[in-house]
Amino acid sequence: MMFGTKTSPYMHAPQSVGQVMAQVIYALVPGTLVLLWFFGWGVVTNLLLGLGFALGLEALMLKLRQRPLIPFLTDYSALVTGWLLAVALPPYAPWWLLLIAMVFAIVIAKHLYGGLGYNPFNPAMVGYAAVLVSFPIEMTSWPTPELTSIGNISLSETLQQVFLGGISTWDGLTQATPLDTIKTHLRLGETVEQIRQGQAFGWIAGQGWEWVSLAWLAGGLWLIYRKIISWHIPVALIAALAGMSMMFWLINPHSYSSPLFHLVSGATILGAFFIATDPVSASTTPLGKLLYAGGIGCFTYIIRVWGNYPDAIAFAVLIMNMAVPLLDTYTQPRVYGTKGRFGL
Amino acid sequence: MSAEHPYREIAFNGLWQNNPGLVQLLGLCPLMAVTTNIVNGLGLGIATLLTLATTNLLISLLRPFIREEIRIPAFVLIIASTVTAIELLIHAYFSELYAVLGIFIPLIVTNCIIIGRAEAYAAKNPPKYAWLDGLMMGLGFTLVLVALGAIREFLAHGTLFSQAHLMFGEAARGLSLHLSDNFKGLLLAALPPGAFISLGFLVAGKNYIDQRRAARAQQQALLKPVSDAI
Repeated sequence: MMFGTKTSPYMHAPQSVGQVMAQVIYALVPGTLVLLWFFGWGVVTNLLLGLGFALGLEALMLKLRQRPLIPFLTDYSALVTGWLLAVALPPYAPWWLLLIAMVFAIVIAKHLYGGLGYNPFNPAMVGYAAVLVSFPIEMTSWPTPELTSIGNISLSETLQQVFLGGISTWDGLTQATPLDTIKTHLRLGETVEQIRQGQAFGWIAGQGWEWVSLAWLAGGLWLIYRKIISWHIPVALIAALAGMSMMFWLINPHSYSSPLFHLVSGATILGAFFIATDPVSASTTPLGKLLYAGGIGCFTYIIRVWGNYPDAIAFAVLIMNMAVPLLDTYTQPRVYGTKGRFGL
Repeated sequence: MSAEHPYREIAFNGLWQNNPGLVQLLGLCPLMAVTTNIVNGLGLGIATLLTLATTNLLISLLRPFIREEIRIPAFVLIIASTVTAIELLIHAYFSELYAVLGIFIPLIVTNCIIIGRAEAYAAKNPPKYAWLDGLMMGLGFTLVLVALGAIREFLAHGTLFSQAHLMFGEAARGLSLHLSDNFKGLLLAALPPGAFISLGFLVAGKNYIDQRRAARAQQQALLKPVSDAI
């Protein structure tokens, strides 16, 4: 908790859930625009379908649970879940993929556990993990940035791809993500340097991915500046992931990617600033936040390098969500005037 | 237990009120692991049903001869020999199904439903009730296994009754239902998390029906004096 008290009168201006969520949405805009630049109309369809399904399912569940519609729909929490999931899924995803992901996120992970504030798991990541496990082919075919950047695929082709089950040239327009490529080629015995000669790679990570990550970073830093999120979770997550990858990269740079590659690849930055910081499912104490996010960073590296899935932010967040109640219990800050557990 | 309809009471208890799969939540390990399709669920369900009815009857019959102090080892002996006999039968007559169910048939020995019913019911009641309790509990468990198998098979593969020939012979191949070739299938349903989520929905569905019935019974109880007065 931050108590920025400077001079009297010490007025407290409480922010409603809606105000907080609205600012998270503003912070997501720059990254989404960069995604739109690299991947074209598919990002728009993902977003519109995702937000529509999220709101519709939220309204349906509120009605089934006999809760008032307007106060809960206008807290924008369903919109944030829908938005995060829409940018995490590959652009041009078929409509049913978004629907199933949203059902798992809003219906199962959120409302069956009691709605906003009661969900132990991050709803967006439950939705993501459910479709990743169920539809590995759809989930790992990301469009190639150069071929699908804005203007290269027309709106009608996009709609055909999303609703009617695929345009004929689609296979030529997709490729494995950089994380996926590294993983499969390392298993074939190639070195990191050889793999990075491939066309999918740009300056640090995949083509375009640096810019997407940079835009998420900008939005995330703005959230810290606005005090919507504290610095603990993003810093600890990035430090843990960088530390892990640095250790193995220094030992053997031929078989392990550089720390910088891990930081700008996949969903690292999006996860560090927007996903792991979910106020409901994350730890709430300062030390708890550091441990929670550090755990996510370590698990992300472990699953990325030795697991079966290319990216791991979703699984790492879900694993650490399970540890949050314990972390919160053992890391309660010392109340002023009392002695702490270690006599500090 | 109501005195007028003991048999009906036992049946209702086993199939619904005290269903081993949905209410007692016993035997979850085979329940989760085997129910990837209907036929597996049905196979294991019938094996469990046979075991449960036989052991309940045997234990109830042998009740006067088993000393209180050593009853648990005696029950385990009876259960283990029954399961071994059933395992050999399945191995002999349905060897393909046996290959699919594998370790889960001998593991029926460790299924807590069996020893649970032996201890809680068969050891305290006469044989004429005990065998029916075993039968009904087994049937209740089988129904849950089949329902769960159907949900998971349908969601994961878009089929129903696939591999029916393993159990009913070649003639039953026609029983298999295949929905559409375009169906992608929710792979999650075939994996363990899918089993937990589906079972959760089944339990929720049962609780919902129970609540509706309780509410309706309450309403009728309230209305009864009014209708009597009219």
